[in-house]
Amino acid sequence: MARVRKVHRGNGGLGFLLNVEMEVHPGITILFGPSGAGKSTLLDCLAGLTEPNDGRIEIDGETLFDSKKKLNQPPQHRRMAYVFQSLALFPHLTVIGNVAYGLPGGAEPERQARIAEILQMFRVEKLRERKPGEISGGEQQRVALARSLVTRPRVLLLDEPLSGLDAELKTSIIDDLRAWNKAHKIPILYVTHSREEVDALGERVIAMERGRMVSQGAPREVLDAPRRRRLAQAAGFENLLSGTVMDLREPDGVMRVRLDGAACEIEVPLGHAAPGDQVRVAIRAGDILLAIEPPRALSARNVLVGKIQSLERRGSLVVARIDCGVVFTVHVTPGAERALELAAEKKVWLVLKTHSCHFVEG
Amino acid sequence: MNIEALLLSVRLAVCTATILFMLGVPLAYWLAYSRWRWKFLLEAVVALPLVLPPTVLGFYMLLAMGPRGALGKMWQATFGQGLAFTFAGLVIASVLYSLPFAVQPLVAAFETVDRKLLDASAVLGSNRLRTFRRVILPLSIPGIITALVLSFAHTLGEFGVVLMVGGNLAGVTRTVSIDIYDRVQSLDYGSANHTALLLLVISFAVLSAVYGINRRAGRNMWLPWIAK
Repeated sequence: MARVRKVHRGNGGLGFLLNVEMEVHPGITILFGPSGAGKSTLLDCLAGLTEPNDGRIEIDGETLFDSKKKLNQPPQHRRMAYVFQSLALFPHLTVIGNVAYGLPGGAEPERQARIAEILQMFRVEKLRERKPGEISGGEQQRVALARSLVTRPRVLLLDEPLSGLDAELKTSIIDDLRAWNKAHKIPILYVTHSREEVDALGERVIAMERGRMVSQGAPREVLDAPRRRRLAQAAGFENLLSGTVMDLREPDGVMRVRLDGAACEIEVPLGHAAPGDQVRVAIRAGDILLAIEPPRALSARNVLVGKIQSLERRGSLVVARIDCGVVFTVHVTPGAERALELAAEKKVWLVLKTHSCHFVEG
Repeated sequence: MNIEALLLSVRLAVCTATILFMLGVPLAYWLAYSRWRWKFLLEAVVALPLVLPPTVLGFYMLLAMGPRGALGKMWQATFGQGLAFTFAGLVIASVLYSLPFAVQPLVAAFETVDRKLLDASAVLGSNRLRTFRRVILPLSIPGIITALVLSFAHTLGEFGVVLMVGGNLAGVTRTVSIDIYDRVQSLDYGSANHTALLLLVISFAVLSAVYGINRRAGRNMWLPWIAK
């Protein structure tokens, strides 16, 4: 369980507040988000390398950090493993020296046995006497994992540990990690900004943006939820328009949104918003109707007038760009294009059903 | 050639380098890792001997070590003898005079150690002392050698401070550089040349060794003030 608030200073000096509350369970949880979202800072807070301004971090009922009680366990007492993006293998120590680093003291035979076991598990037993500079990138990743896991940590934090490896190598390392965790069953927090890794790895995904968790769940759900511009476009909403909420009509279950740049309002289903809020509205190009005369006696609540900017044939589809102050993308069939004699500069009316307009947060 | 003076210089240099190493390591560690906002003041103090005329440093050291100086009084009370014009006084003055030559290479070496390695060491369960012993120190060996060699060589060649604090007592405070000065004063150029040449050769050998070590370590950043 972790609740972390920390003022985050990005590379550009633009700060934002990292504000996260989460619970992680045994198995791989992916922290997904663009670089600069605060993912690594969050891991640093968990490991004790930086101090949150406020919050509480707890593991197996033991409190590691509590701002109220002024409690802050130093990293060396937290029994967490952390593999950095740079791996940070000790360059002056051999593979065996690196792996043994976190296992000081103890009975020598047991120590040796643990080291031998983990080296074998991650297939690096042949590299025992080599230095990190003398082995390949993939081998370094394996040694870094072995070095962290030989200490039998309670949590494993991974900060983009496999970036820069080809897919095949990645998969084989992840398989070994999964095999190890089958026996040990610890929570693994895996930070990445790569969608492929999310797809390949995830049992559970937490998406982060600018210090906040924006969604969580199974990989498909998180990647498909049209909560953010990028994700919305990936999920097939060709039109993503920003606007301002004008008023809520709760009895009708709708609200009116004035589109930025166009002198028109549209009606969209009621969402979590208040008048004056900046929102986005996502609309599929195939959900928009085109008319060449002012439509009358329709159930659709949203009719906008505009001019055709361009028409482009794509297979059995015509992509029309219509300028209504903001540019809409509309899909029509080639038959409709002929029947309506659509051409550039022609005046047209767009018809949008209220429930084809999807309200998108923030 | 005055063997007695040469041996005295070497003895002084060895003592100074050893003490400087023991003082310099913790001081350099603090300078490299502390985030104290007034740290720059201490950095300036450490660098002071680089720009101060040795006679100025020697003058104030002499005052401090004299029978009425704080250091001199303390020494008198503890050891029952004065500090000025003794070998011990010379060592103390030399330590101060060569301080930047030991501390700066150490700071530079400690600072070049990747912080992520220190984080990794902490996460793997090591406290600061163990991290220092197992990670920082082994990765700073070229810097440590540089610090030792430079403080040795710099002490070997010092003149102004020795003259002010030590005077010119044969076997106690008459070092090679003082000896050379004496010979020149008495127009004994041949003998002065012998000693001077020897000092030149030693200094050159020492610096070649330092640069050679740095080159082999693939880095050449521990001698910025000499390179300038």
